[in-house]
Amino acid sequence: MASITLDNLGKIYAGGTRAVGGVNIDIADGEFIVLVGPSGCGKSTLLRMVAGLEAISEGQVRIGDRVVNETEPADRDIAMVFQNYALYPHMSVRQNLAYGLKNRGTPKAEIERRVGIASDILQIGPFLDRKPRALSGGQRQRVAMGRAIVREPAAFLFDEPLSNLDAKLRVAMRLEIKELQKRLRTTSLYVTHDQLEAMTLADRLVVLNGGKVEQIGTPLEVYRRPASAFVAGFIGSPAMNLIDSRAVAHLPGITDAGLVGIRPEDLSVSPDGPIQMQVLAVEELGAQRLVHGQTGGERLTITLPSDGPIAHDLRLSYQPQALHLFDRETGKRLDRAA
Amino acid sequence: MIENRPGLNLLAHLTLILGVCIVALPVWVAFVASTHGPTDFMSGTIPMWPGPHLVENYSRMLGGGLSTSGTPPVGTMMLNSLIMALSIAVGKIAISVLSAFAVVYFRFPLRGLAFWCIFVTLMLPVEVRIVPTFQVVADLGMLNSYAGLSIPLIASATATFLFRQVFLTIPDELTEAARIDGAGPMKFFRDILLPLSRTNIAALFVILFIYGWNQYLWPLLITTSSDYYTIVAGIKRMADAVDGLPQWHLVMATAMLAMIPPVVVVIGMQRLFVKGLVETEK
Amino acid sequence: MKRTLFRNQLLPWLLLAPQLIITFVFFLWPAAQAVRQSFLREDAFGTRTSFVGFDNFKALWSSAEYMNSLQVTAVFAISVTVLSMGLSLLLAIAVDRMIKSARVYSTLLVWPYAVAPAVAGILWWFIFNPTIGIMPYVLSQLGYNWNHISDKGDAMTLVVIASAWKQISYNFLFFLAGLQAIPASLREAAAIDGAGPVRRFFDITFPLLSPTTFFLLVVNIVYAMFDTFGVIDATTEGGPAQATNILVYKVYFDGFVGQNLGSSAAQSVVLMMLVLVLTVIQFRYVEKKVEY
Repeated sequence: MASITLDNLGKIYAGGTRAVGGVNIDIADGEFIVLVGPSGCGKSTLLRMVAGLEAISEGQVRIGDRVVNETEPADRDIAMVFQNYALYPHMSVRQNLAYGLKNRGTPKAEIERRVGIASDILQIGPFLDRKPRALSGGQRQRVAMGRAIVREPAAFLFDEPLSNLDAKLRVAMRLEIKELQKRLRTTSLYVTHDQLEAMTLADRLVVLNGGKVEQIGTPLEVYRRPASAFVAGFIGSPAMNLIDSRAVAHLPGITDAGLVGIRPEDLSVSPDGPIQMQVLAVEELGAQRLVHGQTGGERLTITLPSDGPIAHDLRLSYQPQALHLFDRETGKRLDRAA
Repeated sequence: MIENRPGLNLLAHLTLILGVCIVALPVWVAFVASTHGPTDFMSGTIPMWPGPHLVENYSRMLGGGLSTSGTPPVGTMMLNSLIMALSIAVGKIAISVLSAFAVVYFRFPLRGLAFWCIFVTLMLPVEVRIVPTFQVVADLGMLNSYAGLSIPLIASATATFLFRQVFLTIPDELTEAARIDGAGPMKFFRDILLPLSRTNIAALFVILFIYGWNQYLWPLLITTSSDYYTIVAGIKRMADAVDGLPQWHLVMATAMLAMIPPVVVVIGMQRLFVKGLVETEK
Repeated sequence: MKRTLFRNQLLPWLLLAPQLIITFVFFLWPAAQAVRQSFLREDAFGTRTSFVGFDNFKALWSSAEYMNSLQVTAVFAISVTVLSMGLSLLLAIAVDRMIKSARVYSTLLVWPYAVAPAVAGILWWFIFNPTIGIMPYVLSQLGYNWNHISDKGDAMTLVVIASAWKQISYNFLFFLAGLQAIPASLREAAAIDGAGPVRRFFDITFPLLSPTTFFLLVVNIVYAMFDTFGVIDATTEGGPAQATNILVYKVYFDGFVGQNLGSSAAQSVVLMMLVLVLTVIQFRYVEKKVEY
């Protein structure tokens, strides 16, 4: 168990392309951190630098109080779960779990004990002598986690471990990972492009864009006070409405900031609301419905309870404190007080 | 098939039966000849059906051989062929798998040059540079030795390229997982790479065994002592010797014996053989 | 290109060492020797060697024998390629129609691959033996007097048949694989468009087979030019009157039997150039896959 510190970490590829720059993250012992962002934002590169699979161009990675920039991956006391599981196809599940321990010269009895514990936790006991190809996607996923658990490492690194699973299994495994991490209290660094996965799993989220950290915070902090227009648009589903302030300058609470954001659930129908929306399409989700429309040439989405008919034109109102304002140039959040 | 045309199917069967017959004809004739006695060839044409001397001819060739031709017993020649074929197959696989590992999994100065040195061997079949290669082997004192029969033939760009191709398809994550699991390069090679290349190695082995067994010019040149004659090269010496005094039944028995091991390998391991053939060429 | 690499610097050289040493000693060094010798000439007693520049190459160019050998090689290579590929394609198309019996037929057709060229030569030499062979007997019934020992055309026919026979299984396997790789839906679509079996073959199958055909074309030419040494040596030994003296055979014959090292070396160099050209063609076009 250990804390992990990324100190001004950066990656520049041989061609001179910068993938990641100036990343500072302090991960407390036992914390579950999720790196989230669109593809190409540098989140996997960051994880691989922590793992030691990618050379570090600038800055430092510390695990515990040890600088590991030049340390071989095997000596960093980490374990990694890969997107495609990376199970050794010619070895049985048991051999897969034991391989890393064997290479470290762990005594046989100890290997057996740890494999036993891991297979109990993950309920993979019945498959221990099967080859990975005889397992289902979910079972392979468990074996990959088992391989990480038996090592009893200082930290788990997850590289999009759920993206090869179908939707239903993904939700189930998400919960299992969360419970497992709660139980083992192992510091975890988890990479995903799925904002929902990030929200549900993380103690704290790190939102990345273009190789830079946009925001670090708990899921609710990030959701409630997105630090930039990018974060506002990326976190939350359906996405926050972002509208040019000039189009809605007449409305209460709007300054000529640049971008005005409001979450779909913060808009409500009221006969004398200040916004008039023309309805273009309705998506029924069962418990609620998404209503898409336009006002003054800007697209707008709201969530409404799914009962009763929908008029062709709606009048909407909102609480001024539900508005988020972002700078037109930098996209940074503007505090209303300013 | 798209539509059922009995006429076309019949035609296809006839074509194939004719094809199979053409393909089998020379071997049938050789087999028939190898079962007759020496006098059966005096009548003018080869008989078309097997005669009664099969066991007699084959046991004579395996045990004693045709002393008038200066060749050793066929059994000895087959053993030499076997040693040569196995050495070439094993040697080629060993050096190619190692060099492919080096080229794919390491970056080092002059890597490109090393790669090209291997690549040019594609362009230098032994027949093409036979005289100077013979001189090198003679200078090294490797004439009339198993080393001389096999080592000069074991460098092969084809096998190296095949393994390079195979290694390139092995996912990076597997290497990364192994590194995190504490496996160094040689451990990774032994524990992961070799087991994963098993079927490729087996398929290549089939092809290389046939290649080695069927070598002709090379053993013909570098073996002057009959102790090291291989069967494919020896058969020609035998046929030359019998030109005046026809011992066709014995020469054909030897030809059959020269064919049997590689043909058995091809038919017995047809799947691996086809895999090996397709992989080494594409 | 691998993302993950090992960092050692010495280890890769140790891994490469066996291959590089053998390549250097038995490939690069002899090839360099061939190039060197191609510029030298020994006197009649083999006591003095002198540098003669391109004389050996010029001598080849003006040698009627070498020109003949070039021509013989061309005729031989083209005949072997056309005969073997034609028959193989026919057989592959027939097997491609089969469902249940495809495997049996395949097995019965692939085994000649395992027969050594030299042994193939011996077998056909026996069949065509002018005194006791069955083919001369059959031909004489038809009024043709076969004798490959004295007749140039007969000799060429013999080596072409023996060499093509040996290559049928190889071509067959690749043609069959190529045919089976063509999606059935394409032929079905053509059938629905009203194309009969023959039309379908020429409009759909054959064009889609062109990468395989091209690949085999190169492979067969290489085979006929360089791998048929055993066939020639076991049957005609280049005769009669140079009628089957292909380039590889001549290199060997002039070097070992004729002891004309300078000329043999020059011939080696020419052959290496030829292999180089064929290799480049193969890489260029096979990599790109010939398709329309």
